[in-house]
Amino acid sequence: MNNFSWIEPKTVAEAVTAVKNGGAPMSGGVELLCLLKEHLIQPPSVVNLKTIPGMRSIEAVAGGMKIGALVTATDVAESTVIRTDYAGLHQAAASIACPQIRNVGTVGGNLCQRPRCWYYRDPEIKCLKRGGQACYAVAGNNEYHAILGGGPCHIVHPSDLGSAFLAYGATVVTNERQIPINQFFVLPKDDILHENNLRAGELITGVDVAADWKGARAAFYKAKERESFDWALSTALVLLKMSGSTVADARVVLGGVAPVPWRSAEAENALKGKTVSDTVAIAAGQAAVSKATPMSENRYKVPLTANVVRIAVLQAAGLKAE
Amino acid sequence: MQDVRWNDPESSRYLGKSVPRLDGPGKVTGNAKYTFDIVLPGMLHAKVLRSPHANARVANLDVSGARNMPGVRAVFTDLPQTARFAGAEIAAVAADTEEIARDAIRAIKVQWEVEPHVVSTRRGMRDSARVGRPREATRGQDPDTLWSSAAAVIEAEYYCPVREHLSLETHGLVVQWQEPDRATVWLSTQAVHGSRGELAGALGIPQQNVEVICEVMGGGFGSKFGPGVEGRIASALSKMTGKPVKLMLERYDEQVASGNAPDALMRVKAAMSADGKLLAFDSQIWGTPGNGNNSGIPMPYIYTVPNQKTWQAGVSTNTGGARAWRAPNCPPASFLMESVVDELANKLGLDPVKVRQINQGSEIRTKQLELGAQMIGWENRNKTPGAGSARYKRGMGCAVAQWGGGMGQPCNCDVKIGNDGSVYVGIGTQDLGTGTRTYVATIVAEDLGLPLSRVRADIGRSSLPFATGSGGSVTSPSVAPAVKDASMKAQVRLLETAATLMSAQASDLELRDGKIASKSNPSNAMTFDQVCAKLPPGGIAVSGTTLASLQQGGVAGAQFVEVEVDTWTGKIQPIKVVAVQDCGYVLNKLTAESQLIGGVIQGLCMALLEDRKMDEPTGRMLNPNMEMYKVIGSLEVPEIIPVLYETHDKVAGIGEPAVIPAAAACVNAVYNATGVRLRTLPMTPKRWFEAMEATQ
Repeated sequence: MNNFSWIEPKTVAEAVTAVKNGGAPMSGGVELLCLLKEHLIQPPSVVNLKTIPGMRSIEAVAGGMKIGALVTATDVAESTVIRTDYAGLHQAAASIACPQIRNVGTVGGNLCQRPRCWYYRDPEIKCLKRGGQACYAVAGNNEYHAILGGGPCHIVHPSDLGSAFLAYGATVVTNERQIPINQFFVLPKDDILHENNLRAGELITGVDVAADWKGARAAFYKAKERESFDWALSTALVLLKMSGSTVADARVVLGGVAPVPWRSAEAENALKGKTVSDTVAIAAGQAAVSKATPMSENRYKVPLTANVVRIAVLQAAGLKAE
Repeated sequence: MQDVRWNDPESSRYLGKSVPRLDGPGKVTGNAKYTFDIVLPGMLHAKVLRSPHANARVANLDVSGARNMPGVRAVFTDLPQTARFAGAEIAAVAADTEEIARDAIRAIKVQWEVEPHVVSTRRGMRDSARVGRPREATRGQDPDTLWSSAAAVIEAEYYCPVREHLSLETHGLVVQWQEPDRATVWLSTQAVHGSRGELAGALGIPQQNVEVICEVMGGGFGSKFGPGVEGRIASALSKMTGKPVKLMLERYDEQVASGNAPDALMRVKAAMSADGKLLAFDSQIWGTPGNGNNSGIPMPYIYTVPNQKTWQAGVSTNTGGARAWRAPNCPPASFLMESVVDELANKLGLDPVKVRQINQGSEIRTKQLELGAQMIGWENRNKTPGAGSARYKRGMGCAVAQWGGGMGQPCNCDVKIGNDGSVYVGIGTQDLGTGTRTYVATIVAEDLGLPLSRVRADIGRSSLPFATGSGGSVTSPSVAPAVKDASMKAQVRLLETAATLMSAQASDLELRDGKIASKSNPSNAMTFDQVCAKLPPGGIAVSGTTLASLQQGGVAGAQFVEVEVDTWTGKIQPIKVVAVQDCGYVLNKLTAESQLIGGVIQGLCMALLEDRKMDEPTGRMLNPNMEMYKVIGSLEVPEIIPVLYETHDKVAGIGEPAVIPAAAACVNAVYNATGVRLRTLPMTPKRWFEAMEATQ
């Protein structure tokens, strides 16, 4: 990494000034360290957001939940109110990486992670996302890449919390504005260089989660190659509002399969008005991948994702997934 | 002198018992000083510039940016200016800090002439210029004349990828040059003696003037027999600057340039008779040693097939060179052959255990298979592979192994007893993490009837008496018999002195609990210290050498694995492993069991996750880190039952054999669970769905 100066702002305004001067904002620092070590960024300064008071609280409010940007994944996973009322968010937070990373990784940082694509992470390769001319995953090894929403860059977004916030309906609060979560993440076709629409120098201060899906039946399921610390191959977050035994409304958000947390209207429609059974869950899974366009090495993600959705639907409905 | 034999474990205090390793507390508390931990006054830090290209020539190298950087003390460019893999060493610097050294490397400007590359075996095998001279062998009739008459025939392609050593401590060293002609080198190595020559050559001084030190080390697995290129670089930089130079590889360096195990692509046709006898076997194997050499995979491994044709060839690619990897070539041999045998047995509806028993000649292995089958509950395995429609399916598989594990080069050992009662044992071996230091001490403590804490064991330095490099599981069978010889000589000398003092026959005396006492008249006794006080001023100093009669190689093993497969996600979870290992005389039960457990874990890594991924278009390694080059973690490690199957009373080496059959047993268990045969490692969800797709 390059030499940089260390800035400890006391207010958001001070932090914003420092970041506008080229500083790299740091919360947990997990992702920042990866980027610095590979020289993917070479900022003149690092701005330690943790010296700003008041951004590490979880509050239940009339309209839902207010979660500070510096709240850690462990804080979210251990919050009783989140576990009770927003079980999908709880499960997503608890699934992140490993305990050590959850203890330092924050909500704001999780949403702002850069892709784990091995071409993007190779300092010797200048891919589209780093201002180059080609997505190397197309002709190369794309086994961990997108099957939905890809092109011209084929990354998958690594944020599990992003899936949960998209499912529950949340607003990303910054120093400048409030961004509805469904407008926060951007596809490569709209902005190849960024994964979200934060402006230069704009800082997330918190996330407001709406109460619309509070208490809904929920399940988050993550398929990985190994249980001890791994990235997702595919995830599904399913929320069900029940009317008696039928599904009145559903939210299905896929992760690890698209450049953004991916809401599947097809899967949601396959669930609405149905009584959940394995047949219905299979249909929802099939619907979720009906528009998938796999690449040369990631066809396996199509049946895998169909089953991941099937499992999450069954679990959300309180049925046995086996 | 009477015949020296190993101590009876029935009456021993340490040997054959579970003794916690002496260096354990230091490792746990952080007090143990690995090469990585060495810090010397005025020490410089070195970093290496590597080729980003898989096949390229340096047209121009401009190091001025590095040379002029404040804090940079030396630049080294005496390296080949052609790169045959991405990661090849091109230049190096030594600087006041590690950070400056890293910056300096980035300030070197290189103009490259890039040539086309090939990084995969599948691509390279199509180019005859890249395929080495084949090794061929035939036996009996031409298999092609036998297929039609066989009860079962399979024809398939299997693939085991390139795997890495993944030592937690990377390769590296600290060189302290001392004018005019001496050097001390702290080196993470499997051979302190074996590394002297290369270092002496790099420094231009006699071997005897180099002291190589490796007190503790963080893993080698076959990749650390010499100082390598980094040794040459650090030696030169230390001599150039007159200061100690530390060069430890970064994780990226380690994974692209410090060795790996060749892959194996096998096309095979094999036949079995109705009674389960292997009848004919025809295999072709390609594997890449990168830009290094291929030593070849033994086929058809431990089996005797009356009619066989085998062919294999190395494929040269623009990738980092292969090095010995724990039981070289045998883990892939076991995966390939044990899959074939299992497929044929299942095709005929025969018990895979019985089929193994009738096709191999080792009585020990036949008994090990019986014992392992009983311990895992073989009769409860899935009688119809893949039966049922449940999401989670369980199954069992087995596989067998063969390894050497006998004596390497003969070793020498010193034992000294001071007239203050202090005891010293010194031998220039090294402890790879296997527990060598501990048994060096326990052997002497046992023979002198002393508590372990009274014996100082000195290892890991090349100025100590010669010991063999730690490879091929030869360390224990070479080192322990030398220690035993010296220890018995010291005992004899001590008893001679005691006999005079106690007016007894030496043969009537025994050493126990810090005392020397007459066996016939136990009241005639002296303490160990009392006897030592009467020794001449120099005390006792004896030397021992490896007694070949105390060791025996040739170890058989059998493993059974039970797995659970999530058929909806392709996730495979091992549930239980029984590892039965022929191990001869056990020096330390605890560390012997650890060897089996560690071997099984590494074998399961191979089964489930390990895969060096090379990118054909860019020629670069895609997963040169421990994030994407995956090994199993604490949540994947199953219950492992190590069984020390003691077949004789001589020491055998067991550092390697337990890694051999685990992957094959796991593959066979997945088949038993699901009825799906995975022929490509590692068995990730991707491979599961691809196999499902192929069966549809």
